[in-house]
Amino acid sequence: MKILVCISNVPDTTTKITFTDNNTQFNTAGVQFILNPYDEIALARAVELAEGGKGTVTVINVGEVNTEPTIRKALAIGADDAVRINAKPHDAYFVAYQVAEYAKANAFDLILTGRESIDYNGAKVAGMVGEFLDIPSVSIIKKLDVDGNSATVEREIEGGKEVITIPFPFVAGTAEGVAEWKIPNMRGIMSARTKPLNVVEPKEVKTLSEIISYETPAPRGQVKLVPADDAAKLIDLLHNEARVF
Amino acid sequence: MSVLIYAENADGKFKKSIFEAVSYAKAIADQHNTNLVAISIGNVATDQLAALGKYGAAKVLNVTNDKLKTFVNQAYASVIAEAAKKEGANIVVLSNSFSGKGLAPRIGVKLGAGVADGAVSLPEAGAKFTLKKTAFSGKAFATVELTSENKVISLTPNSYKVVETGGTAAVEEFNSELKDSDFKTIIKEIVKATDKVSLPDAELVVSAGRGLKGPENWGMIEELADLLGAATACSKPVSDAGWRPHSEHVGQTGIAVSPNLYLAIGISGAIQHLAGISSSKVIVVINKDPEAPFFKVADYGIVGDAFEVVPKLIEAVKQLKAS
Repeated sequence: MKILVCISNVPDTTTKITFTDNNTQFNTAGVQFILNPYDEIALARAVELAEGGKGTVTVINVGEVNTEPTIRKALAIGADDAVRINAKPHDAYFVAYQVAEYAKANAFDLILTGRESIDYNGAKVAGMVGEFLDIPSVSIIKKLDVDGNSATVEREIEGGKEVITIPFPFVAGTAEGVAEWKIPNMRGIMSARTKPLNVVEPKEVKTLSEIISYETPAPRGQVKLVPADDAAKLIDLLHNEARVF
Repeated sequence: MSVLIYAENADGKFKKSIFEAVSYAKAIADQHNTNLVAISIGNVATDQLAALGKYGAAKVLNVTNDKLKTFVNQAYASVIAEAAKKEGANIVVLSNSFSGKGLAPRIGVKLGAGVADGAVSLPEAGAKFTLKKTAFSGKAFATVELTSENKVISLTPNSYKVVETGGTAAVEEFNSELKDSDFKTIIKEIVKATDKVSLPDAELVVSAGRGLKGPENWGMIEELADLLGAATACSKPVSDAGWRPHSEHVGQTGIAVSPNLYLAIGISGAIQHLAGISSSKVIVVINKDPEAPFFKVADYGIVGDAFEVVPKLIEAVKQLKAS
């Protein structure tokens, strides 16, 4: 089984988000970049599925050379090889197009992405890749088991889940629960240095969206504290002042 | 031209988030002096379809094909995109629900449309088509411009008010040719906890963290949530420890919510957790540590022990309901 895992390079979850250039650029100064956690769990599942010679795992990233430490991390976790499409990930459409073009030329059985990236949270790449390739896309997937030429997945829905069977090839956007987290061991880290990382130039595609500016949420006023022994007062305030119920 | 809204139903009924999305789509149609057309797929009673007119739909396309009774991502995307083409709609609006998140990118590719996901505002009037969406998992907003002629927008639930303008929509059957290749996925089973309020579109959320000390103490959280008609949620350490399911995990790597009330009990307020709740309208924090960072972003707070405070809150809600 050939598995392709799409990975993105995102600011660490503890990052305080600020902007520069009149709020038009994300301020990367001092920011630690990591493998997107949802992509990491997708990769962990791919490595589990491929274990014991049952398949191969390729990771693909659309990014400039600064994303290579994150790609090496993915190789250390257990991907066999990596592809970097040498371009700034302009928007989801651009990224999905590059992934789909690569996948067309390299027939994969299963394409995994995280449910979303924790920077732009678009949750769009899985569906777009599926559409470009005219194959099914399912998200948010918390369980994925392979059975011959198809897979059984559990998809999260409002207030529950759906159990779905899908023939390969398909695209799935995954979240926590789909695999056990994999911490790279020393052997993985050493071998990651020599695993193939191929750099491919992007295919031309028009962009459909632009980010114009950013802002951070407006600060809230001072907290109104209610004494612990007068907890009923809180319910009164929420009912009569904030009017939330 | 016109604007097309996908009116997703849940077991034959429309949720409030759909009325929000229809109202939002109507406002966009008004900006462009055009009509709003809704499309419904599945089994919804005609009077309910016509009632979408109350929120601004001039016409409702009703797709009742048996093959589309349950959600099939690819096939639904094909039907909605085809409807957009037939209606000459260059703006398609969806609710950013789990299904909406699956559909928007596929419809976007089919129509060559830029997709604005998780929108929280109307497009700004002007030459450029720009609108605000959440970014960095709730730590910020981005203003994005859709530069393509066709556009797809998914609206964050609870970020736009339902507006009733009155009126009844004309309901028309809509048939489209279905491709077999759109039906490769087969739903084996649907498991739903019907007595629970679903978290992503809940208006009230009661959330608890490690301060609860163990899963056995969640009884009072559930009781308070039930009394308020709220959904229950939790922090990451709690779902990581297996005290609560991952589907309840709110925060940067869990789900982002934007309820009218987020009541956090025994949660310190790590930056990753705050990311997921920052667009809540009212934030209430109960924590015994007065230095907990959560108090800095809260509107109301109680410095106190959850095991003493929560039972008092339950009592007070009961009294309020009785009065």
